Parts: sequence; C-alpha cells; structure tokens
Amino acid sequence: MTFVKLSKNSKNIQFREKVMELAGDDVIKCYQCGECSGGCPEASAMDLLPNQVMHKIQLGDESVLETNTFWICSSCLVCSARCPKGIDIAKVMESLREIKLRSKKSYVELESLTKQELEELPQIALISSFKKQTQ
Amino acid sequence: MTEKIAYYPGCTANSYAKYMDSTAKTVMQKLGIELVELDRWNCCGTFYGLADDNLYSQLAPIRNMIRTLENGFEELVTICSMCYNTLKRANLLFQSDDEKATRLNDFMYEEENYEGNVRVYHLIDILKERVKLETIREKISNPLKGLRIAPYYGCTLVRPKEVSIDENPEKPTILSDLIFTLGGEAVEDPYMTECCGSYLTVKDKHLVADRTNKIVGSMTRREADIILVSCPLCQFNLDRRQKEARELNPSLPEVPIVYFTQLMALAMGVDHKELGFQDHFVDPIPILKKRKLIASKQKVAAKVSK
Repeated sequence: MTFVKLSKNSKNIQFREKVMELAGDDVIKCYQCGECSGGCPEASAMDLLPNQVMHKIQLGDESVLETNTFWICSSCLVCSARCPKGIDIAKVMESLREIKLRSKKSYVELESLTKQELEELPQIALISSFKKQTQ
Repeated sequence: MTEKIAYYPGCTANSYAKYMDSTAKTVMQKLGIELVELDRWNCCGTFYGLADDNLYSQLAPIRNMIRTLENGFEELVTICSMCYNTLKRANLLFQSDDEKATRLNDFMYEEENYEGNVRVYHLIDILKERVKLETIREKISNPLKGLRIAPYYGCTLVRPKEVSIDENPEKPTILSDLIFTLGGEAVEDPYMTECCGSYLTVKDKHLVADRTNKIVGSMTRREADIILVSCPLCQFNLDRRQKEARELNPSLPEVPIVYFTQLMALAMGVDHKELGFQDHFVDPIPILKKRKLIASKQKVAAKVSK
C-alpha cells in the first residue's frame, strides 16, 4: 500500500487556489465517488479520469496540466449535473484549459488544419474549438 | 394578426444549416408567428464561458440582449441549441450577479445600459408553451405515419438544469411529444442526451466518429429510421462523421440526421424539395419514400399520365 504525502509546498497550494479561483468551486468537497468518470462519454480517451484529476488538484499536483483530460472534455456537463456534492466539474476542466491557454499553450494549431477541413467544418465547430482550444 | 418575435439565427443557421433557418421561418409562418431577424446580431460566443474571472466571453451574448431591446422586443428566440444555451446562461448570470452585471455594463459604456429584462427562448419552448402542440396538430396535412424518429437532445438543450427545455433533463420527453404531434413514432434511446463530441470534431475527429458509432448504432438497434436534432453541430457530427464511423464499424447502417423544423415542414405539407435534403451526407429521401411520406417518381409519373 502506498501513501500520498500531503504537501505544504506553497507552489502546490498556489496551484490549487488558482484552480479554485477560476472554477469558483470548492474542489476540496470531492470525496471520490467516481460519478463524474462513470457518466463521462469521453472517459476512455482520457489520460486521467475526471475524478483522478479532481484528486490531483486537491493535492495541488500540477502534473494534471500535462494530461489530455481537460482538452478531451467537451463541456457536455454530465459530470456537473450528476455530482452528488454539487461541484461543477466542467468548470474545473475549463479552469485547467484557461491556465494552459493563458500561458500561451494551444491544443489546436490553426496552421495544422487543411484547406479541405476548413471548407468542410461548419462555423459552429471551428468557433467553438478555437474558443476552447486555442489561446 | 401575425405575432412577431425577435429571432436570433446565429452563424451556422445562416450557412451550413441554412435549411434549418428557412424551414423554421416557413413553419412558424404557418403557425401565425413571424420570426423577425435581429438587426446587427453578433456571434453568441458558441459556448458559455465557464471561467469565473473571465467576463469577456459574456460580452457577445449580452450585446445581443441589447440589440433585442433596440429592435423593440423583450423576448428573443433561437433555433440553434448552442446559441440558446450560451445566450440564456449569460443572461441568467447577468440577472443573478449584480457586480458582474455592473462591470459588463461599464465595459460596454457605448451601449445603452442593460437591465437583464430580455427573456431567451428556444423555438421548441415557444412551440410547446405558446403555440401549443394541439395547434400544430391542426396544421398537419402529411402526418409522418410509420416513421420511426429518434429524438436527439445532445447536451445544450438540457444541461445545466437551469436552462433545460424539459423539466426532466435526464429523461426529457418534449421532442417525443413533438414527434407524436407530427404523427410519427418516437424512439427514445439512452444516448439521446449524451454528447456527440461537439467541437472535438476539429482536432479529434476519431473520438467523434466513435461517439457517432455508439449513438447512431444504439438508435438503429431500436429500429430508428431517422434521427431528429436541433443543433447544427450535432447534425454535422452525427451525419458527416458517419463516414469515419463506418471505418470503425462497417456494419453501421446509414441513418439520416434531420432538424426538427425540416420534419415539421414536411408534416405540414411543404414540398420536400424545399427542405434542403440535398445538403445532407446521408440522404433522407429513400426512407421517406419507403414510408410513403413523399411520392416516389413512378407514382408522380403515373399521376401525370392520368
């Protein structure tokens, strides 16, 4: 059995506080029931499940920023609708996206889209992707 | 006298989904309501901004509220589910948070002060609450008899519950009620409120293909003939991504994905050539002919020869 050592490192605390400031929700309330991951339609494509991300944020572990979980999240809000503690998990995912985007890290590079894709995709797809996935 | 209501089409109802827009106008005209397109409407922002410290993403939707009042209306109706969700949530935020409302008004100092008094509706709301389904039933001249229609709500019509168009966001029935009104059979499926993958279609289209395979596959196992949507992005993902989905699952049947307004227009006797079916990846015409909802060529020819 392994134990997680809770850190008093100010950097970890800062990260947790930052996420909570952006998400406006108390991530500490999460008690790991897994309802969010159970309902998430994209969970199978994620490096870490939504409940694991919640746990890492509680611990102030910034390595969550290197996972694809919050980029794969499409804000469908099933997790937020079903959380028994009333945490808006989609907002927590948005806060991770915002932290990345504000440090100039995009997930979608406009240059990588082919002419064919740009012609085929409707505005609604392009604008929403740019809004969520580009700086 | 025709009732008028301010109408917000949004970007995609003017381009990719232009037949959603045109059929909505046709249908509402038949029901005695004129949809008046807002002057100088701007992008709704597509997605409601979730980050608490970022008010920028609320500016675009709130500007549309100001345009609504300038146009002399206090109600705004839209047909795109994503526009509906974004506009309604931004408006709710404005109404419930005085400090943010003041900051938004201060930022838009060149505009008239907005007081949060616009009401935002989805067209389905108006159909159910104002027009009433009984009135729609009276206008049906070509009931969709025998057509098995699977309603697909997706996310933005039902979540979060504050903006849900149905009182039960986990198992909504409002689209089924509409389908029964049109004379069709509603095929309710557990996937009807599961996300289609949304904007992941840009970079991770294989994930959307997987969603499409699951959603369309489940609905066809319940013998759905056709899937009804109210969002252009759901339509694109479930329709166009069937091509990629079929690479994952070659036995996935071809199922047409249509807007609720297209089926309403068909049921109200509008010629199928005006419904824009030629723009669909999976053509709805064969199944509609099979269910005898549009005349097949031979019959038309036979009638002409008589």
